[in-house]
Amino acid sequence: MVEKTFKITSSDGVHARPATVLVQNAGKYESEINLHYKEKAVNLKSIMGIMSLGIPAGAEVKITAEGSDEQEAVDHMASTMKNEGLGE
Amino acid sequence: MTNLQGIAASSGIAIAKVYRLEAPDLSYSKKDIEQPEQEIKRLHDALDVSKSELEKIKEHTKNTLGDEHAEIFSAHLLVLSDPELIKPIEDKIKAENVNAEAGLDETANMFIDMFKNMDNEYMRERAADIHDVTKRVMAHLLNVTFPDPALINEEVVIVADDLTPSDTAQLNKQYVKGFTTDIGGRTSHSAIMARSLEIPAVVGTKDVTSKAPKDSMIIVDGINGDVIIEPTEDQVNEYKQKQEDFEQKKKEWAKLKDEPTVTSEGDHVELAANIGTPQDVDGVLNNGGEGVGLYRTEFLYMGKSQLPTEEEQFDSYSTVLKQMGDKPVVVRTLDIGGDKELDYLDLPDEMNPFLGYRAIRLCLERDDIFRVQLRALLRASVHGNLKIMFPMIATLEEFRQAKAILDEEKEKLINEGKEVSETIEVGMMVEIPATAVIARQFAKEVDFFSIGTNDLIQYTMAADRMNERVSYLYQPYNPAILNLINNVIEAAHAEGKWAGMCGEMAGDEIAIPILLSLGLDEFSMSATSILPARTQIRTLSKEDWISYKDELLSKGTSDEVVDFVKEKTQLR
Repeated sequence: MVEKTFKITSSDGVHARPATVLVQNAGKYESEINLHYKEKAVNLKSIMGIMSLGIPAGAEVKITAEGSDEQEAVDHMASTMKNEGLGE
Repeated sequence: MTNLQGIAASSGIAIAKVYRLEAPDLSYSKKDIEQPEQEIKRLHDALDVSKSELEKIKEHTKNTLGDEHAEIFSAHLLVLSDPELIKPIEDKIKAENVNAEAGLDETANMFIDMFKNMDNEYMRERAADIHDVTKRVMAHLLNVTFPDPALINEEVVIVADDLTPSDTAQLNKQYVKGFTTDIGGRTSHSAIMARSLEIPAVVGTKDVTSKAPKDSMIIVDGINGDVIIEPTEDQVNEYKQKQEDFEQKKKEWAKLKDEPTVTSEGDHVELAANIGTPQDVDGVLNNGGEGVGLYRTEFLYMGKSQLPTEEEQFDSYSTVLKQMGDKPVVVRTLDIGGDKELDYLDLPDEMNPFLGYRAIRLCLERDDIFRVQLRALLRASVHGNLKIMFPMIATLEEFRQAKAILDEEKEKLINEGKEVSETIEVGMMVEIPATAVIARQFAKEVDFFSIGTNDLIQYTMAADRMNERVSYLYQPYNPAILNLINNVIEAAHAEGKWAGMCGEMAGDEIAIPILLSLGLDEFSMSATSILPARTQIRTLSKEDWISYKDELLSKGTSDEVVDFVKEKTQLR
């Protein structure tokens, strides 16, 4: 399993547009990818799951991936977070 | 052939095929099933068709309205692929042996309730998204047509019970040649939108939906209010001729496009236009508008699933201001509530929405929403000649409060180092009779008045303008209304301020001489009414009409006023 933590720098937190891109990109991987915030974890391939967390600006989140392409998946999620101005 | 008579809501003539825009019946019965696999397949088929439709709508929206408006459909598409939604539906079908309709509806409702009950407003708005997309899937499961006006790709006339503001916002002028509805009046929102889109419309036909079959030919005469279903060949030819004549007349008016609006003695009055979106500005300039007298900002908030951001609003406002150059643009702050609802605000139903929680009443309480709009406006102010007005002001305290919030935001922006125009005029709408009665007190504090006649008439006459049974009380020329208008104009002039009018009345050929007589400074109307109004005003003598003022104001009935105006205009 590969994991990476991020700090949300976007002033609106994790809002609809970047969340959409994250989910679209997560869907390209076979691995199981989860987003952890506080005590909750949701499937990163689920738009409703992500939005249900209501992640605010400044939050610490963790992305984990498990499966055949776990490293590529986490790397891609990290670059997506950065490109979308979500966090690093 | 069937003839119907309705209310001419937007001039011009349309001849095309009927497109019926109906809300689909999505009721279903929950059934026990034998083969869950079969139901799951039906579910996936419905999901696939829905997704391909949404892709098309997304493309279409991208091409017509831009990337930003299309984004919502990307989110909708993801909802339909969401494993956390699809899996529970499949599980439900398998575990409870129920049909796909029940699985979908019950699972979606569970999510909708969950999102609705979150304490985050943004999340509550997501409930509307889920509701929207699952309706489409349900329609496919039930094999009923889900209408998408945005996807129309041939010339049609839309036939509907009524059109919602979001329906009209989706209409593509290239294909939608006109529309006709069962209900509505000249001032209903569908009618106003039709005029701003410049498509012919006849509303309030009472039963066009029951008489006009799908795909039959139909003629909509937005000049006289006639609708002809399955016309004869002779009628089609006759109306084609009328269509041509109308185009000819429009060309005549167009000659006055760059001419000033002056009376026969050369006194100038300002003819401005009412707009709803930045796209309407072209129409204003093409019709020779001398300004925007009413920019309705509601459309920025409607037809979407969340509040518009400050940036989105800033873009729209500055686009309009830049295009209008140094011509004045009067922006009305958010007027929502009443008959204009926003799903995502979850406003409670009211017994009397027009007398309830709307416009400035809502904005003063939800100042979080109001402040975002004011900031966007203030930032945009450096791009043109901005004037701001508050809707539905009833008391002086409300005006003062709204103005104070505006001043606070202005100061904040200046402290942040942002540029804000120093010459923004701040005024109010006069729609509530209470303000017309004590206009003198208001005139000391506002920079201008804009009289909103549609609401002023309905509140003064206590007659719902959507209720056809009391429509006879919608009397713009009633002496009670004229005296209120006179009071407002006199109060403004006594304080050296100006008074405009942004209701439908300002473009009406009977009303124009009366308003000239009362001394109105600015007339704001549908863009398409500007050139006919300019043509008319050039024939009127302001001096003569001022001399008729006392007589007009002392008439007893609306009919007496109309007769008087007709007699005087024919004399000239």
